Amino acid sequence: MRPAVVMLLLAGLALAACQREERDTRPQSALGSGEQPTPVTTLEPGGQRPSPSDNKAASFEANAFHLSEGKRLFGWFNCSGCHANGGGGMGPALMDEKWIYGSSMESIHATIRDGRPNGMPSFRDMIPDDQIWELAAFVRSLSGNAPSAAAPSRDDDMMAHPSENRMPNAATLGKSP
Amino acid sequence: MKRFASIAFGTATALFLQGCAGWQSALDPKGPAASELAWLIWFFAGLCAVVWVLVMIALAMPLMMRPREPAEPLVLDAGADNRKLRVVMTAVGLTAVILIGLTLLSFFANRTLAAIGSDAALTIRVTGHQWWWEVRYEDATPSRILTTANEIHIPAGEPVRLLLTSTDVIHSFWVPSLSGKLDLIPGHMNVLDIKADKPGVYRGQCAEFCGAQHANMGTFIIAEPRAKFDAWWNDQLQPAAAPMSGEAKAGEDLFLNRPCVMCHKIGGTPAGGTVAPDLTHVASRQTLAAGTLTMSRGNLAAWIADPQGVKPGSHMPVVDLSGDELNAIVAYLEGLK
Repeated sequence: MRPAVVMLLLAGLALAACQREERDTRPQSALGSGEQPTPVTTLEPGGQRPSPSDNKAASFEANAFHLSEGKRLFGWFNCSGCHANGGGGMGPALMDEKWIYGSSMESIHATIRDGRPNGMPSFRDMIPDDQIWELAAFVRSLSGNAPSAAAPSRDDDMMAHPSENRMPNAATLGKSP
Repeated sequence: MKRFASIAFGTATALFLQGCAGWQSALDPKGPAASELAWLIWFFAGLCAVVWVLVMIALAMPLMMRPREPAEPLVLDAGADNRKLRVVMTAVGLTAVILIGLTLLSFFANRTLAAIGSDAALTIRVTGHQWWWEVRYEDATPSRILTTANEIHIPAGEPVRLLLTSTDVIHSFWVPSLSGKLDLIPGHMNVLDIKADKPGVYRGQCAEFCGAQHANMGTFIIAEPRAKFDAWWNDQLQPAAAPMSGEAKAGEDLFLNRPCVMCHKIGGTPAGGTVAPDLTHVASRQTLAAGTLTMSRGNLAAWIADPQGVKPGSHMPVVDLSGDELNAIVAYLEGLK
């Protein structure tokens, strides 16, 4: 009797390995998850305007699948055309500690969705909302702001910079703790 | 009763072997490479079956035979020992001859396969993507270079050279009715020569596990007479058909102002994405999403409305469209013959 119970337990443990990672590929509402107004200036009474937080921000940022999808889309949509793999060119660098419009997921999402003055086009309607969140999460990983356990660890092409899970955090780089 | 059993067995075997026929079977060859391989498969299987039966008989014989008791057990019989040695050495020799023979057969079959496309006039680049096939017809005249997806039209009776590569992971191109399989490797070009003896449609399948939708990565080789093939090529080179109805016109506008345009190309419009299948003549193809759905208005709508339900994990995202918008886009795509 006892060996049978042990066998059953072992079989249960082995079968538990068949559980696949659940990937969130079907958004509840694809476009326009929030109708935040587009900020046209960073001048706010009392400092920075608190951006409304979105529950996708936290869950996408720590998720390996969404980060790697963001990496793929960054290449597919030719973000490098202006931002040059994050190093910056026509557009600002994405791997340093400087954030013109704020470093939060919500700010980067708003930047991609609504565009910014002096060149950043609006991708509203052109990129589904979840894919914008994926891009925002990936952009944050370029300056070492993503959990290293979730950030992409390799590149299919020649590496332009260390893999995202080894990127130093730009905000603390070169400063003594 | 015995007769009934044998008839039933024969029928069952015939039905079972029927599964080996059809548009995707290495045992139903439709080209010189597949014929060579099918012959090799049958010869190997037949010869190995004969060897297996002989070994089984050799094993069973000593078990069946009554052991002979020598009169004096301690006296060595040099003659019997010699006989045994001769039997074993003969078996070893025969095994060596058979193995070397099979190796040579395999070698010469490979030479035949390699020679099929040595005078190929048509070169097609096949690039594997998760989970579809990009097909590019090469031509010395740049304006005649043609890009399409998932369906490979070839002239029947002519050798065709396929250049295989991949952009993401390793895939494998396998059209069993026409040839053996060959991997598509990122950053590396493999060459596979195929030839279809007769016009027909032959199904192929990715044969190297490449991710969640590996099973739904099918391709079709459509072999046609040369004249029909040339006409097809010329048709495909034309820019996309202009939308005929008001609904289709609205669909074109929506296509160009929704996420579709970020990845797909439609020749003759500003849509120029190259990371997803070229849709210039999408409605002229027989299937959607690499053999997942047959081409129809309903399936087009289903695929656009919920790609993650039809092919979970595919890189086509769910796009939020109203019913009217979906209908308009489908009406437009349906007209892209």
